[in-house]
Amino acid sequence: MKHIPAVHAEGLVKSFGDFRAVDGVDLHVDQGEIYGVLGPNGAGKTTMLKMLATLLPIDGGRAEIFGVDVRRDPHRTRQLLGVTGQYASVDENLTANENLWLFGRLQGVSSRTSRATAAQLLEQFGLQEAANKPISQFSGGMRRRLDLAASLITRPPLIFLDEPTTGLDPRTRGQMWDTIRELVAGGCTVLLTTQYLDEADQLADRIAVIDRGRKVAEGTPDELKASVGNSTLRLRLTDGADQAVAAEVVRRLLGEDPVLSPESGRMNVALATADRAADVLISLREAGIGITSVSVDAPTLDEVFLALTGHDTGDSSDPSAAADKRQLEVAR
Amino acid sequence: MTLQMTQPAPAATPRRLTPGDVAARTTSHNSLRETLSQTMSMAWRATKKMRRNPEQFFDVTIQPLLFTAMFAYLLGGGLSGSVEAYLPLVIPGILAQTALTACMATGVQLREDMEKGVFDRFKSLPMARIAPLAGPMIADLLRYAIASTLTFVTGIAMGYRPGGGVAGVAMAIVLTMIAGWSLAWVFTWVGTLARSAQSVQGISMMIMFPLTFMSNALVPVETLPGWLAAFVKVNPVSYIVTATRDLANDGQITGHVGWALVACAAVIAIFAPLSVRSYKRHL
Ligand SMILES: Nc1ncnc2c1ncn2[C@@H]1O[C@H](COP(=O)(O)OP(=O)(O)OP(=O)(O)O)[C@@H](O)[C@H]1O
Ligand SMILES: [Mg+2]
Repeated sequence: MKHIPAVHAEGLVKSFGDFRAVDGVDLHVDQGEIYGVLGPNGAGKTTMLKMLATLLPIDGGRAEIFGVDVRRDPHRTRQLLGVTGQYASVDENLTANENLWLFGRLQGVSSRTSRATAAQLLEQFGLQEAANKPISQFSGGMRRRLDLAASLITRPPLIFLDEPTTGLDPRTRGQMWDTIRELVAGGCTVLLTTQYLDEADQLADRIAVIDRGRKVAEGTPDELKASVGNSTLRLRLTDGADQAVAAEVVRRLLGEDPVLSPESGRMNVALATADRAADVLISLREAGIGITSVSVDAPTLDEVFLALTGHDTGDSSDPSAAADKRQLEVAR
Repeated sequence: MTLQMTQPAPAATPRRLTPGDVAARTTSHNSLRETLSQTMSMAWRATKKMRRNPEQFFDVTIQPLLFTAMFAYLLGGGLSGSVEAYLPLVIPGILAQTALTACMATGVQLREDMEKGVFDRFKSLPMARIAPLAGPMIADLLRYAIASTLTFVTGIAMGYRPGGGVAGVAMAIVLTMIAGWSLAWVFTWVGTLARSAQSVQGISMMIMFPLTFMSNALVPVETLPGWLAAFVKVNPVSYIVTATRDLANDGQITGHVGWALVACAAVIAIFAPLSVRSYKRHL
């Protein structure tokens, strides 16, 4: 039996005036997967999700949700989707219980079923004690969870989550991850956006990296990290003047250039595996280069970006630089 | 921190949707029954909101008291010889005026509401696009009822004796509610159109003042110059005021009542589709 993809989009475009917030993105999400869209502020993640969720008109390209054309049949599309936006979209004037009940009723769930589902969801999300409190008394984490619960009341087969854990503390974040995993175990498909590499890494089966409205890479977390190196060795040289020599040592050893910041005498080296760090350190000592501090870290989103786009997340110079970089398009 | 690969445990072969499942799960549009039920749910939401923000009732409680007393004492002597003689003329007028002010608030509140995050969710739901607009307007019927009852109570306290009796007054109140609901579509349209709640307020004022003052609400048409009388005669508010006078003062369902209802229907027929269209464009 041929099954349909949960999301299939080709050449999505959204312009605000002259500015292309989403500039020809293809997206393919299979049923039952968690698909992560990773990108810095302003990359176009929210805009893309909103187009897929019928909240913004699609300016170019086409999109299908479970085979339903989003542009032609928005009403059907909406029945297949639960959307949890980047900013809380629950009613401040109502209690948690009333919110869930209302969203159920608005989607044709009977009053009784709606009440039962609301109670069940509030329990599942650890909100039953706050069920009858006004939302204005909720913490950010509680609001976020209620927001997600509100998207689940009709058990839609596809869920969009726009930055589900931004602003959450580490424990609440972990809980949110568990909840998302449970959803998928229950048969849901999840499309989520995030600014955090580790979140995409923890959750997603596949990741698309978005930058300035374009998809610059796509693959499994392993494939993406392999392209950047799994870890980063951060060094500070005793004598900044040694940098050129040190860079040469690294290049000879690993076949790749380290990232230098001349002012501070700092040097970052991307490593395929963390144990290569020892090799680098030994080679540097053999070359007589002094080191004041050393650490081995996971690559940050900045480094992934630097590697994938040739510019860092904050910088907005020459976009054409993005074209010439490591491509990691995974054949499907 | 180290990266570790913890992929979610593979689910117990979750069921996959086929095109047939998708067709079975979804409908191509909301039925009339669904639309009504969604509208009533949105009305329920609006009443909850009213109950939690009682200051929303200020305009419909203070204004009838204030305006009735103010206009009656201010204009009564000059226009009708005495306050008592002026009351049968001015009470129906103030009724219409208060209803208009109350429905102006409908537009402003809709605009404020639409800026809240929860409207993003409403838009993402497979809900009829008229429901978020019509729902609060149904809840606002309560406001029109309060405003018109209070206007009559104030008038009666000042010596007004409506000739239509209880039945006439009750029918006048119902007509005011119908008129309020219809005219509210004008302000709802402005609400979906304007950029901010403040500009809704401003634009609505510019609509409301000519509609109320350039009508027969406060003065008899005969006293007006020709060009003004011409506008006053086509103003839907004039139809409503005349009809209300017939009901409250004479207890008679006259042709004016019929024309008032036609005027209301015309306002809805024009502004309801405009509002829905402009609301959709907001997406
Ligand atoms: N309504 C709008 N009008 C004009 N420009 C917009 C509008 N919405 C978004 N943009 C612009 O489009 C770009 C992409 O915005 P978007 O919100 O999709 O980014 P994002 O990836 O979600 O970022 P963040 O991580 O900050 O949420 C930004 O440069 C933003 O300024
Ligand atoms: Mg965003």
